[in-house]
Amino acid sequence: MEHTFYTLQEFMLHTESVTYIILAIILLGVLGFWLFLTEYDD
Amino acid sequence: MSEQLISENKTLFTPFNVIAGIIVIIGLVITFLRFTKGLGTVTNLSDTSPWGIWIGFDLMCGVALAAGGYTVSSACYVFGMKKYHAAVRPAILTAFLGYATVLVSLVYDVGRPVRLAMAYPFVVQQGTTSLLFEVGLCVMIYLSVLFLEFTPIPLEWLGLKKIRNIMIKLTMVLTIFGVVLSTLHQSSLGALFLIAPSKLHPLWYSPYIAVYFFVSSIIAGLSMVIFEGTLSHKAFHGKMDKTYLEEHDPLVLQFGKAASLVLAGYFSIKIIGIAADNNWHLLVTPYGLWFLVELLGFVALPCFLYAIGARDKNLKLIRFTAGWTVFGIVLNRLNVSLIAFNWQKPLSERYIPSLMEIGLSVFMVTALIIAFKFIATNMPVFHEHPDYKETH
Repeated sequence: MEHTFYTLQEFMLHTESVTYIILAIILLGVLGFWLFLTEYDD
Repeated sequence: MSEQLISENKTLFTPFNVIAGIIVIIGLVITFLRFTKGLGTVTNLSDTSPWGIWIGFDLMCGVALAAGGYTVSSACYVFGMKKYHAAVRPAILTAFLGYATVLVSLVYDVGRPVRLAMAYPFVVQQGTTSLLFEVGLCVMIYLSVLFLEFTPIPLEWLGLKKIRNIMIKLTMVLTIFGVVLSTLHQSSLGALFLIAPSKLHPLWYSPYIAVYFFVSSIIAGLSMVIFEGTLSHKAFHGKMDKTYLEEHDPLVLQFGKAASLVLAGYFSIKIIGIAADNNWHLLVTPYGLWFLVELLGFVALPCFLYAIGARDKNLKLIRFTAGWTVFGIVLNRLNVSLIAFNWQKPLSERYIPSLMEIGLSVFMVTALIIAFKFIATNMPVFHEHPDYKETH
């Protein structure tokens, strides 16, 4: 669903907020991925 | 005498030689037409689509897939991972031939190739504010650097010890040059599209496109080394010495692991790119679905497959994934330069390559394979020259 933004401030606040949430998920995901990748390493 | 002739004919008319010979003849005919009748005769290029598959495939994919040269040489010489030494020469050879093909393709593609041959854009009329100038300059210098990195192979073959020893001493300097130049032009190739925000589909266009191109070139380099090694194992197994064979499997495992990590990073920054431009709603359009095919099928899936392969030490899976990833990189470059380019135009106005353009691209790839085969068969690429053992 496309949201209408009326100001650049609104747009930036929305996209930056979403980006920060995604970054947090990525950081946790990378940790999990690393543990998965190196599970059988000596 | 007649038996000897029959035997020679048998070895000459192998399936590879016959197919390659036919392609080369067709390629030479197209070459003649291109340089006597002009670009209009052999291509479907136009003012709205001045870049076709000679740029989208030969150049964009050629440069990305030749990234194995700087990836392996920097791992070996800059980061001190000497256990990958056996892979350096095949990677440098692939990179050198890849860049040479890129340059030759460019000669076919530009309107005034003589000016390119005379280095006109660098000497007479420099466009220093253009990214294309930077790409051109970097590719030209990097091709020279790759040539110098490659020279120890023919010099050992020719028995020119003194020059060969000088070139070996330059290895570290050349590797650093190679990494710097590659970082610059791999990213700038993507940055070229920053000038066309209205032409490239928003899902592929991004202010971070230069970063995407650079990171994906590392993936291409790692995958290409595995993929090329797999093919070489089938074609040149007899030419490989014990050291190469011993070092190859651990290299496949480690490169597969590294590729899975870089793919995970690439997937992450692609998602961040969608979020930063708020392009989520475009994902449910036809182009969006195609974008998802690329992102999930050729980034997320190989990332997962590489990880499973590295975790379970499954070399077969890693080798298959390397081929899959190489195809994915080719698809990405074609998406950016051709498929998602001029996306708003109706199909009747879109660029579709002519048969002769495709024929010439096939000719270029065939010429590269023939050159690789000749060098790998005759020169010390997969084995150490007996006179220079342990001196690299």
